[in-house]
Amino acid sequence: MIPRLGSGKARTLTYLTLIAVVFFSALPLYYSVVVASRDNSALADVPPPLWPGGNFVANVEKVFDTVPFALALLNSVLVAGSIAIAVMFFSTLAGFAFAKLRFRGRNALLLITVATMMVPTQLGIIPLYLIMVKLEWTGSMYALIVPALVNAFGVFFMTQFLSRALPTELLEAGRVDGCTTWGLFWHVVLPVARPAAAVLGMLTFMSAWNDYFWPLIVLTPENPTVQVALSTLAAGYVSDYALSLTGTTLGTLPLVIVFALLGKQIIGGIMQGAVKG
Amino acid sequence: MATRAPDRPTVVPRHRSERFSRQLAHRLDVKASPYAYVMPFLLVFCAFGLFPLVYTAWVSLHDWTLLSDVHKFVGLDNFAFLLGDDYFWNATFNTVSIGLVSTVPQLLLAIWLAHLLNRPLRAQTLFRVTLLLPNVTSVVAVVVIFSQLFGRDYGLINWVLSWFGVGAIDWNAGTASSHVAISTMIMWRWTGYNALIFLAAMQAVPRDLYEAATIDGASGFTQLRKITIPMIKPTIVFVVITSTIGAMQVVAEPLLFGTYSPTGGPDRQYQTLSLFIYENFAKLDFGYASAISWMMFVFIVIAAGINYLLTRRSGGNLT
Repeated sequence: MIPRLGSGKARTLTYLTLIAVVFFSALPLYYSVVVASRDNSALADVPPPLWPGGNFVANVEKVFDTVPFALALLNSVLVAGSIAIAVMFFSTLAGFAFAKLRFRGRNALLLITVATMMVPTQLGIIPLYLIMVKLEWTGSMYALIVPALVNAFGVFFMTQFLSRALPTELLEAGRVDGCTTWGLFWHVVLPVARPAAAVLGMLTFMSAWNDYFWPLIVLTPENPTVQVALSTLAAGYVSDYALSLTGTTLGTLPLVIVFALLGKQIIGGIMQGAVKG
Repeated sequence: MATRAPDRPTVVPRHRSERFSRQLAHRLDVKASPYAYVMPFLLVFCAFGLFPLVYTAWVSLHDWTLLSDVHKFVGLDNFAFLLGDDYFWNATFNTVSIGLVSTVPQLLLAIWLAHLLNRPLRAQTLFRVTLLLPNVTSVVAVVVIFSQLFGRDYGLINWVLSWFGVGAIDWNAGTASSHVAISTMIMWRWTGYNALIFLAAMQAVPRDLYEAATIDGASGFTQLRKITIPMIKPTIVFVVITSTIGAMQVVAEPLLFGTYSPTGGPDRQYQTLSLFIYENFAKLDFGYASAISWMMFVFIVIAAGINYLLTRRSGGNLT
């Protein structure tokens, strides 16, 4: 395999560098667990605490007392879950049309899709807020879910995947057997699309779970998502790092577990999507 | 026989019309259904993507607050005021400064890491998964964690620096130090992600190029410079442009680093453009906030254009 690793020295150096990178990637997360399992006053110690303590459960209880964290978890699961499912479905649907069906304006629409991936949504955030005021969706999860039901990245991702992975002969065979386009989508496209759609779903779930700025603007502290609750925690108790890092740990843990289990597939998906960009 | 005969004429047209309607349905299906399939995307995009963007321009031409139902048309007054607003230029400076400090070292490091990973290694998956771990962590979590690490009195970073005789740094207070702190958070979150994207591109480079170079005695670093980087240039252009757009939008980091204050520190020492928009949004001055948004859009287009030209020009003709 090329490029070569050359001498044993170079090999050792490569491993040492990568281990250092692993160390610095994991250290902040490890340290937040350390702080989360301590009493806040322990943080003033010199040297600072470097091992987890025994205060985690007490801190967790305090988090649930301070902010509506259970509600926040429920909201985040609901929002991220429904966005992920909708994005998977609608992106596959549009991706199928862009990749395999012929219609007037297809190339122009696909070009617009790619171009919109580059335009920051943040620029339109004020009118978006005005729309939500009009619809009376401020403070409600609809304001998060509906605008995110499908996005340009997902459509592009599925278009790329289906144009490669879906054999046109398979579709023609289905047509000969009398399938309608919808029948083709249901019986031929969906089974082929499943692995890519699953990766897209996981990526979407993670980014929806971690989304902060828009939820902060449109929601209230009484009915928050996890990220909004975390920021309330951090803002209200500036000095209580133990408390805010406990919240952080709780809010990050579900994702880290999912990621540790499915990381390989998620990384494969990111790298696949990347080359086409 | 006699009873059947009159049936015949009625049977044939029915058969024909059935066939006709089936054909019609088939043609309708083939012609129209593609539009139905892309429709959900187009609807969502137009309603919540395109319309807000265009409407921002309209709002920016008005004296528009949420407190009043009357929105007076003021032409370009908001923009004229903006160009004379010191806070706006301060935010522009901070955005560019944080953008450069976070993006340049980050991309160099990412390319180098991808280069290291682009060879047969043990524990390849473990390395990749840990590289992406910071990206799975939310912005809120990152800032809360790093605010602790960068703490003046009890922060881990100052503690380590004290071994080298460095006095306690008040990271939050200074312009340069706060920019370094915020850039560190951004770098920590995005370096691994970009390294994986570079790695994906590197894996598509034909192996025989490296074989030839190895036979010619080219070192690893020379191979990186002369083969890898020219070959993955389209990906580099892509990542540089997306990182620039990302850097223009930095908002959660300074907001939370300043414990929720939209001014970005007491002296606005780390207020970014997006945070400046948020400050005026929070004051319900939507007209002015929209004008800033449009200026930011112009900046993004300019920055992306400069990046595109620079990255295209440097490094020769392999694009």
